[in-house]
Amino acid sequence: MSSFTAITLTTLAKDLRLEWRSKDAINSMLFFALLVVVIFSFSFDPTAEESRRIAGGLVWVAFLFAAVVALNQTWAREMRNAVLDAYRVSPAPANPLFLAKALGNFIFVSILQALMAPLFTVFYNLRPLGPAWQLLPVAMLGTWALVVNGTFFAAMSLHTRSREVMLPLLLFPIAIPALLAMVQATNAILLGQDSAKFWIVLLVTYDLVFTIACLLLFETVLHAE
Amino acid sequence: MSQTQSPASLPAVVVADLVKQFGRFAALRGINAEFAAGRLYTIIGGNGAGKTTLLRILAGLARPTRGTISILGTKNLNSIRRQIGYMAHPSLLYDELSGMENLRYFAKLYGIEDSRCAEIICKVNLDPALARPIAQYSQGMRQRMSLARTLLNDPQILLLDEPFSNVDAQSANLMVNLLSTLRNHGTTLFLVTHQVALLDGIADEFVAMEAGRIISRTREINP
Repeated sequence: MSSFTAITLTTLAKDLRLEWRSKDAINSMLFFALLVVVIFSFSFDPTAEESRRIAGGLVWVAFLFAAVVALNQTWAREMRNAVLDAYRVSPAPANPLFLAKALGNFIFVSILQALMAPLFTVFYNLRPLGPAWQLLPVAMLGTWALVVNGTFFAAMSLHTRSREVMLPLLLFPIAIPALLAMVQATNAILLGQDSAKFWIVLLVTYDLVFTIACLLLFETVLHAE
Repeated sequence: MSQTQSPASLPAVVVADLVKQFGRFAALRGINAEFAAGRLYTIIGGNGAGKTTLLRILAGLARPTRGTISILGTKNLNSIRRQIGYMAHPSLLYDELSGMENLRYFAKLYGIEDSRCAEIICKVNLDPALARPIAQYSQGMRQRMSLARTLLNDPQILLLDEPFSNVDAQSANLMVNLLSTLRNHGTTLFLVTHQVALLDGIADEFVAMEAGRIISRTREINP
């Protein structure tokens, strides 16, 4: 195993262990997403057809807001006791740290989605009319789109005074194309009228472009004062 | 001064015209100095003298606004990160992990075998089998574990910022003895502290800083 892979996996394992012990990110995300589901279901009383039309937007906006909670936690852990400095003085390259953080967030948000999906289905009486299996690649690609940029911008806002406000300000505008693709793809699958393929290809392209850009720029962000 | 060490032919650290500005505030105002290898330098001075900034620049955590530093004969700090150990005022450890878990993680960053972790924990007089998280350590234990993390990669240059703060006398003496042994084995140490008495007779040189400048370098503590 190369040192790059070894450092990525060790950092990921360390982050999962930290989260398992503190449960900071998962608990906050879960409560937040749960509140969104419950409040919206009480606010509207949609028919099954209306639900299919609004569910894509609702689900992804809920996950986007909930993901921000996890993304803020990612680097907050590294700032306590200035542990990030220990990484910065080490000879380890920057990118394994970034990849491990992005993968960790991907796992946390995926767990959230797995837990929330049945609730969304029940509360909004959802039954996809299109190929339901396509929801899986949409969820995976969409989640990666959110966490890869989120992890990067959370690192960028580390040294700002109000980083918890800064992250959504930086992340949301850049996430708009991905969010649009996620919502449209989900709606297409739920309504079964159009193909979601275009939106899935758009998500793949978005993920590739932003993953490469983040990997190229992360070293500068990590070593910024 | 009880210790004398023959300096190596090349200085371990050379600092030339070093300036560091934070906005309008100049933390370092043109430092020129050479530091020989295998010596223990105690950096002293009041708050805001620039001690921590100097250490952070030597560690590669901050970039100088102007001037150059050369460590172990190179200006490229990335190439000698393995040779530098940095202990900051905060512990640089994860509170939720045990000492051993922390060290295993950092060992991986340096490509060091796990067996070294137990060895170094014993060196700072802690128990490698201690399972409780760092958050439950006393301040003295935490500082010693922090020192263990710093020594993990067996660095040639050791940068220590306030290693004895909030540490009991016994732990402080243990740390001083360990640092003295390291110096005797050729490690170059830069130690920022306000507890200079602990290093009386141990340190090779006291470097006094004031307002971003080195104002004196003496072999004895100035009265």
